[in-house]
Amino acid sequence: MRTIPLLDVRDLVVRYGAVTAVDHVSFSLDAGETLAIEGPSGCGKSSTAMAVLQLRRPDSGEVRFEGRELTGLTEPGLRPLRPRMQPVFQDPYGSLSPRQRIRDAVAEPLRLQGLRPTAGQVAALLDRVGLDPSYGDRRPHELSGGQCQRAGIARALASNPRLLVLDEPVSALDPSVRAGILNLLADLRDELGLAYLFICHDRAVVRHFADRVVEMRDGRITSR
Amino acid sequence: MLSVRDLRIAFDGVEVVRGLSFDVHAGEVLALVGESGAGKSLTAKALLGMLPPEAVQTGTVRPDLSSARGRRIALVPQDALSALSAVHPVGDQLAAAVRSVARVSRAEARARAVAALDRVGIPDAARRARSYPHEFSGGMRQRAVVAMATINAPDVLIADEPTTALDEERRDQVLRLLTEQREAVGAALVLVTHDLEAVRRHADRALVMYAGRMSELGPVRDVWERPLAPYTAGLLACLPQNARARRLPTLPGTPPTPDALPPGCAFAPRCTRATELCGREEPRPQQVDGRLVACHHGEKA
Repeated sequence: MRTIPLLDVRDLVVRYGAVTAVDHVSFSLDAGETLAIEGPSGCGKSSTAMAVLQLRRPDSGEVRFEGRELTGLTEPGLRPLRPRMQPVFQDPYGSLSPRQRIRDAVAEPLRLQGLRPTAGQVAALLDRVGLDPSYGDRRPHELSGGQCQRAGIARALASNPRLLVLDEPVSALDPSVRAGILNLLADLRDELGLAYLFICHDRAVVRHFADRVVEMRDGRITSR
Repeated sequence: MLSVRDLRIAFDGVEVVRGLSFDVHAGEVLALVGESGAGKSLTAKALLGMLPPEAVQTGTVRPDLSSARGRRIALVPQDALSALSAVHPVGDQLAAAVRSVARVSRAEARARAVAALDRVGIPDAARRARSYPHEFSGGMRQRAVVAMATINAPDVLIADEPTTALDEERRDQVLRLLTEQREAVGAALVLVTHDLEAVRRHADRALVMYAGRMSELGPVRDVWERPLAPYTAGLLACLPQNARARRLPTLPGTPPTPDALPPGCAFAPRCTRATELCGREEPRPQQVDGRLVACHHGEKA
């Protein structure tokens, strides 16, 4: 018997005006698996990520997450599913509000669910990503790029997701910092059984990190 | 071509570049590499004479080409779009660059502008010279700024993180173009980058910097194959393409800030080879196997 994939994307199409950014893209991802989408700038890989997360509604096609079709759901319908699929973005500073303290940024996904995370829960999340809980009092500009990216990962983990959509999470980082983040992501994958949709243009990183790689070019998957 | 001796750059009495000496050889591609905050960008700005006014620079750069900026030393800007004026045709901007350093007729400047666009591979250059930057594709704009930087055949080209925002394919295209054009006009290229793969593929020599000082300087092939300074070795080991195991090696800790440097070798607190001597005395660059290595234990690598 074949189990249902965690994420199943069929014939995904995203258009911006006359430009077709994502052109009938299909792939699937099992629980605990890391699938990388690799390709040059403008190939449609980030648009694919946004459409999977339903942050940008696709023009056509299906996105099944845990067996449920997302494209037909309204925003309230998506709300209970959003905590289970979380994004991590490239620019660690841009993805956290500059005015928000780190502990509030990390707690936010839980608050959005109507929960009231305790200080201990937030401290545990920071600790989990290798940040001293005292960093919770700081704001993003008081952190290095690598620390900020760790905070972004803690935030993504807060709602206990099964899938992280990682959009160039290490592209802006120095080699040693990048290696530390990749190690952290690998640990989290092993310990929490997370699946990753990993968007990346760096071939060496992709080869090292992913279980499977699909290449994208001009909106289409060209090899897998 | 350029000789830098004991270059120091300070802000508010805090030294950020701390006694750097190196040469740029005619026609070579020299990469300045290191982590964020190592001082590589400031070093490049000092060569161009483009340090911010509050920076205090000591040491010598000979010859001082900064007064001949645009003619003998030129910057390849990072952002091709903002480097070109939106309201003048591309060819006019290149011709103006020619006339800013040479007394030539408008017709001659114009001819050189078209030749420069042709040299960087812009098709139908005479016609495209009349186009505005917004009528160029991103790739063509990139070519146009390289044409602009090389049009007066400078001795030294400086490119500060020219490919940071680009994917690998475009990075290699831009760096190939830069190295080709450098060759065509006989310039040396100083490439500032934290992209170690770009250095491996496109540079002749690398100056690895840590906390404002030289860690290691030598031919890229040798340094990449057998790094002698522990910092260089640690940095290269972090690359996924060099990984021998699933878990990537990392450098422990973080780089020091310029106002709180540890005593002795600035890298010692993060170094696996550090001894008592390293915490006491800052190592000076020494000749080892045809390169310079600033490490008390560099020769034993």
